[in-house]
This record gives sequence, C-alpha cells and structure tokens, in this order.
Amino acid sequence: MNPSFRLNEAALRRLAGSMRLDMLDMMLHAGANGAHIGGGFSAAEILACLYGGVMNVSPERTEDPERDRFILSKGHTALALYAALCETGFLTREEMMRFEDNGCHLATHCYRDLAKGIEISSGSLGLGLSYGAGAAVAAKRDGRGYDCFVLLGDGECNEGSVWEAAQAAARFQLDNLIAIVDVNRQSLDGFTEDVMPIHSFKTVFEGFGWDALEADGNDVASLQNAFASVSRNGKPTVILAQTAKGKGVSFMENIVGWHHASLTQEQYDAARRELEEAYGI
Amino acid sequence: MEYNARNAMAWSRLSSRIVFGNALEELIADHPDCVVMVADVAKSSGLLGLREKYPNQFLNVGIAETNMIAMATAIAQTGKNVFALTFAPFASMRCFEAIRTYVGYMHANVKIVGLASGLSMGVGGNTHFGLEDIALMRTVPGMAVVSPADCTETVKAVEAALNYEGPMYLRLTGVNGNPIVYKDDYDFEIGKGICLREGTDVAVLASGMMVNESLRAARLLSKAEISAAVYDFHTVKPLDTALLEEICKKFPRVVTVEEHSKIGGLGAAVSEFITETGAPAKLRAIALPDAFGPIGSYAYLQELHGLTAKQIAETIEKECTL
Repeated sequence: MNPSFRLNEAALRRLAGSMRLDMLDMMLHAGANGAHIGGGFSAAEILACLYGGVMNVSPERTEDPERDRFILSKGHTALALYAALCETGFLTREEMMRFEDNGCHLATHCYRDLAKGIEISSGSLGLGLSYGAGAAVAAKRDGRGYDCFVLLGDGECNEGSVWEAAQAAARFQLDNLIAIVDVNRQSLDGFTEDVMPIHSFKTVFEGFGWDALEADGNDVASLQNAFASVSRNGKPTVILAQTAKGKGVSFMENIVGWHHASLTQEQYDAARRELEEAYGI
Repeated sequence: MEYNARNAMAWSRLSSRIVFGNALEELIADHPDCVVMVADVAKSSGLLGLREKYPNQFLNVGIAETNMIAMATAIAQTGKNVFALTFAPFASMRCFEAIRTYVGYMHANVKIVGLASGLSMGVGGNTHFGLEDIALMRTVPGMAVVSPADCTETVKAVEAALNYEGPMYLRLTGVNGNPIVYKDDYDFEIGKGICLREGTDVAVLASGMMVNESLRAARLLSKAEISAAVYDFHTVKPLDTALLEEICKKFPRVVTVEEHSKIGGLGAAVSEFITETGAPAKLRAIALPDAFGPIGSYAYLQELHGLTAKQIAETIEKECTL
C-alpha cells in the first residue's frame, strides 16, 4: 500500500463512473453473450479505490516482484477489472473492446496475463483467498513489502474453501493480506438471505482471528477510510463492503436478473444517460 | 412424456439444461422419492417451476458444491433418489473426491448432473468448460456416465435416471437451439448404444452434440462414396461392449467423435476396449486437444477444434484413404 499516485475523492468517484460506462460499452459489444453487469457495478468503487491510489501497481512494471497483488477471486467480475485496467493504463481501449470476442483473451472470467496486470485465472469461486494467502506467505518469507488484495463475493463465501484460507491467513499472521467482500446480497438464484445467508461476516471473520472493518462499498470516502485503517498487527484484515448489485443504474440496482444479462440499445442509452448525469462525465 | 416431432422441436429451441429442469418438473410427480439439489443454479437449469411446486423435494445449498455432494449421499442413503446439479466442471471436478469416496464408495443413489458441459460456455473460458468430466467420472467404480445427443434424449435420460438405482453422471451439452437427432419416440436404455445410420466402410461412434455433427458428416461422406455408419454412444460407461464387438467385427475402421479432452473420454474407452479384446479395428479418436484453449462462440470453438460436420467428414475421408 505505497502507491505511486493517489487520486482524490472526486477523481475516484469519477473513475468509478467511467468504469461503469466502460462496462456498459463492453456489455453492449458482447451482444447476446451478455456480461456480469450486476456484480461489476457493485464492485466499481472497490476497484476504483484499489487502482486509483490504494495499490502499488503500475502498467510500466507489471512483473515487478514488489508490486501489490490484486486477486480477483469472484472471477465473474472480470468486467469491472478490465474497466479498471483500461482506465489506469494497463489495457488500451481497443484491447478492452475485444471483450468476449472469438479467440480474445478477455473472457467472461479472466485468464492470467501479467503483462496486462491480470494476476490470476479466475472463474471458479472460493479459491482466490487461498491464492492471496499463498502470495502473502511468500512475501513474508522473502522479505518483500507487497500487499495482497483479494476481492470476494458474499455469495462466493458459501464455498467452504474460503474458510480454509481464512484460518490459514490468521495462523500465518498475514497482516499483508487484505480481503474485500463485495456484500451485494445476491447470487445467481436470488438474494443471499433466501439462497444461503451468512448471518454475520464480521463475527465469522473475527472468530477466525481476522480484523473486520465495515464500509459503504459504493462510497469511495468510506472505502478509503477502511483501507487507511488496516493495521499491521499480525492479523489479516477483511473489509466488509456493503454494496448494491447493479449500483448506478436505476433499472438494475438491487434487481435480480442483472447478475448476467445482455443489453438492448435502448437500455444502453438510458443507462449511459443516467451515469453521465450522476458522475458528471 | 410425449415424444413426437412437435415436442422435439419445442425442446430443441431451449438448451438441454432448461429442458432437463422442465422435464424433471413434469416427471417428478410420479417420483415422490426424488430429491433435487442445486448449488445456486435453479434458474440456470430450468428448475424454478419445480422449486415452486415441490418445495419439499428441492434444496438449494448455495455456492457450495462439495457440501451438496456429501449431503446428497446421506439423503440418498435414507431411500431417496437424489439429483445434484451444477455446471459441469464444478459438478465433476470440484467435488470429485467427495463423489468418489461418498457417492462411489458407498454406491449411493445420486445422479450428478453436469450442466453446459463441453464447450457450451463459449466465452466463459476454461474454468467453465467441461473438458474432462467424462474422464474423471469413468474412474469411479459403479458410476454410470451418460451424455445425451439432443434435447429429446436429455428427456429420455431424465426418465431413465429417475428409474435407475445407483450413481450416475449425466452430462448435458449444447447451447440454445440444439439440433434435433430424435424426432419420434424410440427405445433408450442406459448402457445400450443406438445405430442411427447403417454403413459399410467406417463406423462413427459419437456422444453428446457430436452425434448430430457425425450424422451430417456421414451424409457428406456419402457424396465421396464413403459409407459411414453412425452410432449414438450416449452411455460412455458402462460401455456397450456387445455392440462394440459387433462393430469391430463389421468395420475395418472406427472413428469416435466427442466434445471432450482426447484423454479419458469416449475415444479412450473404445481404445481400451480394442486393446483389451485385441479387436482388429483401426481407431481414430476425434476430440479436444490436451490444452487450455481460447474462448469464443460455441460455433467458433467447434470449428477451431475441427468438430464441425464438414471437418469431421474431412478427417474421416483422409483416414479412409490412407
């Protein structure tokens, strides 16, 4: 967490807005293949904060062993990652707009491509926190100063493997591991409270020996505050980011059915107008 | 269920996974012992209706596949026939050890259903492809492995699974608008291959969506004066060895076609049979390479991997003129 640049609050907010427009563009481009817009929008501010000032990463040194690691465990949110990578210079717009094209590298779920800043092949849920724990252990053993940021979904936390990683991270005192749970309260089949609820993420993570911080995950100031509160006390930290699936577009926000969908031109135009107005972009 | 051209047409317009759920919803009325479990995929498998109508026979365990399989085993041991579903790589690979040790070792009456297997997930990428599910499932003692050729056969397989006792892996392939192989009613029996087209020069054995491509390939081959028989090997395990023996006696060349890794699938099963029995047939296996491939539309990937009718015909023609 020693970034080479740091955007101010207004700029971070705009970055999240621009990322949403990028996601809309990719989704329209993908046509009938569709895109995971709901989870992409819920995670926009989280990724904007990470790439806009929290993480020490740069498109000039994507293979630098000292770079912070961003591990997208909820791989279906690759849409938001591509947008963040494009807005911060890792991907060109042309590259990003090949999203889901035949033979293209930008799949619905990302593939590892370090040159473009993509750390892991993702799409099978519940494995990224273990990867983060492994990368964090390696940093400790090798005396490196990088941090590992893992983005998890709240639905993803149904996977038991998440909790195997949680216990390992506490056991190995990985205070260089920061997990962010995008608590958008929905999975594929509906609201998590109906499908498979976890009643208190805070209690569960604390029970495993973690520090648990809470934040409004669609508010950059609240998220920045949480990232600034991470302490180096020998414990891993989780930021429980309360978000809304589909955040930013009124006809998508908290509506089941926008987990993975395609967009008509009319919907695209309406969503775009709404976002441009809201973010002043 | 009514098997006729009208239903075949209606089913084919849907994907095999939606047809699966719709068929199960209709058939479960006569099977009060059936329990359906999903790992957050009720919508993706056409089970929303069943969830509403039969809440006591339905269980969504969330995104927790290994938990689902271990729970399914215990539920099955109370006298139930349990269907446990999720996308193919997660249904087969993620919980493989639980499948082997719980479902397999205890020979539990669990039907594991792998949705959208093969390359159906197109742009989803390799995490979502079912490249090795047949290979894995074949290694579990007592596990039947069934891969229907079209939506009608998917319905047939659901019916058969409801009346089948023991572990089974049901592999569903294809995308919306699956081509039709079966228009009319026919006899479907687990473990019995079906001859769809007679021939004399070469026998083409296929499973899943590749059955239709193979039939089309056979029609193309007839123009090149190659007479190809086509068989639907919907059951990869137990392999129909009686039929295979007959095929290997009758044809000098056997070709297998499947949307699965060349390691461990139908081609491998037939190869094992030929090696074990010393059957004289020459085998050519058409399958996916041992590699993580690119993403793209289903049609694009099919062509990339030489699995279109035209490419299959070309490969077979080359094989026959060697």
